[in-house]
Amino acid sequence: MTDPVVVAHRLSKSYGAHVVVDAVDFAIPRGKCYGFLGPNGAGKTTTLRLLLGLTPKSGGELEAFGLPVAAHAAQIRRRIGVVPQSDNLDPDFTVAENLRVYASYFALRGEGLDARIDELLEFVALGDRSDARTHTLSGGMQRRLTIARALINEPELVVLDEPTTGLDPQARHVIWGRLAELRASGTTLILTTHYMEEAERLCDELVIMDNGRVLARGSPATLIADHVEPEVIEIRGENSIARCDPLNCRTERMGSSLYCYTRDPAPLLAALHDTHAQFIHRPSGLEDVFLKLTGRELRD
Amino acid sequence: MPGAAQAAAINWNPWRVPRLRRGAFAVWRRNVLVWRRLVIPSLLLNFGEPTLYLLGLGFGLGHFIGEMGSMPYITFLASGIIASSAMTTASFEGMYSVYTRMVPQKTYEAILATPLEVEDILAGELLWCATKSLFSGCAILTVAALLGVVHGWQALLVLPVVLLIGLCFAAPALVMSAISPGYEFFNYYFVLVITPMFIVCGVFYPVSTLPYLVQDFVHLLPLTHAVALTRPIISGQELQQPLLHLLVLTGYTGAFYYAAVVLIRKRLIN
Ligand SMILES: Nc1ncnc2c1ncn2[C@@H]1O[C@H](COP(=O)(O)OP(=O)(O)OP(=O)(O)O)[C@@H](O)[C@H]1O
Ligand SMILES: [Mg+2]
Repeated sequence: MTDPVVVAHRLSKSYGAHVVVDAVDFAIPRGKCYGFLGPNGAGKTTTLRLLLGLTPKSGGELEAFGLPVAAHAAQIRRRIGVVPQSDNLDPDFTVAENLRVYASYFALRGEGLDARIDELLEFVALGDRSDARTHTLSGGMQRRLTIARALINEPELVVLDEPTTGLDPQARHVIWGRLAELRASGTTLILTTHYMEEAERLCDELVIMDNGRVLARGSPATLIADHVEPEVIEIRGENSIARCDPLNCRTERMGSSLYCYTRDPAPLLAALHDTHAQFIHRPSGLEDVFLKLTGRELRD
Repeated sequence: MPGAAQAAAINWNPWRVPRLRRGAFAVWRRNVLVWRRLVIPSLLLNFGEPTLYLLGLGFGLGHFIGEMGSMPYITFLASGIIASSAMTTASFEGMYSVYTRMVPQKTYEAILATPLEVEDILAGELLWCATKSLFSGCAILTVAALLGVVHGWQALLVLPVVLLIGLCFAAPALVMSAISPGYEFFNYYFVLVITPMFIVCGVFYPVSTLPYLVQDFVHLLPLTHAVALTRPIISGQELQQPLLHLLVLTGYTGAFYYAAVVLIRKRLIN
């Protein structure tokens, strides 16, 4: 095991009396994909801004590449690529110019740069759009360009704040593919998301956050094993729910569905078959863990 | 590590003294690249406005006025307009364009994710605003030379002075951007600061014609010092107290640049 890329110890951030990140601990191993999962306002973006030295912490310790962030923020940012929550591509430039100008902020220029830009545009499947203005790109293309831009300085660590929010399934799958390739090539990834599928597919390890606190951590599989029963039967509609008796299950109500978590689904399944109730039987997933830990009521 | 803790404390202090670093040129270059695309309309503005002023006011009013300050009125006017144009050009760029990049366009947010810091961005912007002033100064000088109102090659010395005037007015414009909640806010600054200076700082008539009390106040304003440099340089007269004027312009630049850095640090790094 090499040293972790990022280590936080009781990291805290408050705005006035509002504690937004509350004594959070994490250690992000090199070459892995590390996820921050949490509902709106959980403190995910703030955690990333702390890591980039874009906001002063209120307490605790935070190190990246073995250096305290506060004292070495610019030096640390040189080695990180950033995909912000909302795209901030430069609308005054074309696709290729966006990369070239961004490279200049890292003082990168010269022979290799043009080749690197072509390579990155190929990597995110924008090779044929290099002269397009950014406002003519679809949301998915803009996101891919932002990812290419984050890679211009050949970062050891790439930080992605909700990389696929608002994209259609095709666009999302393209991005997942690219991120998996990046990780396979040894780049460390940190990503925030509300998408369980995204976290389950990409993350080696993740923390579930809410109200600035870490509620649970581990690999997707261990989180599922530790926090919920392995199988769930979701019964849909009031009539169906009324007709059954969830034997030896932990049940939760959400909207017009009843979720029955269990280690032994056979008795309930048999009962349901007899009543012609509407139901789905599936293995438990991260979403079940997430909902159990963060509660089912609406946020904001 | 007490050293690191101390460095951290200094790093977060918005009042820490800005360093001038090479990164500023990357921000300046970005703006040059955008400008290149809009070069024709920009030049039209740079040449069109002063030409109209000089032809219309210079010849029109000049016909009745004849001489002012021992020079033809059109020379008097041209040597004032070159300073006031540097002022308005830098002020516009430092407010509308800088605010656009900082707030709606989120260009600074993107740049701050790189090794650059607020002080680099603002130093680049300051230099860019002054560069635009320089473009406008070159245009006016060309028009004035073509109209035969420039006395000799020494007039080229006005260009570095115009650059300094641009810096001097860009810096307070950055401060306005730093505290601005929206574009409308800039109207106050134009109506309360820029336009009054345009009227009273000696662009159209000598400051010495104003009441004494007003003169004392007008001598505190940067545009007065700017005109006090550009006028003798263009007309070939002897410079009076050039060091004082340069010092005032530099002082305004430094003080307002520092204020802008502190305010934008507080606004963006929070
Ligand atoms: N500059 C700020 N000033 C005051 N409060 C802030 C500031 N930035 C964030 N907050 C508050 O901190 C909390 C956490 O915000 P943050 O953006 O980190 O959440 P998030 O997990 O990224 O949420 P989302 O999923 O909506 O992006 C929110 O309640 C937010 O209102
Ligand atoms: Mg967020």
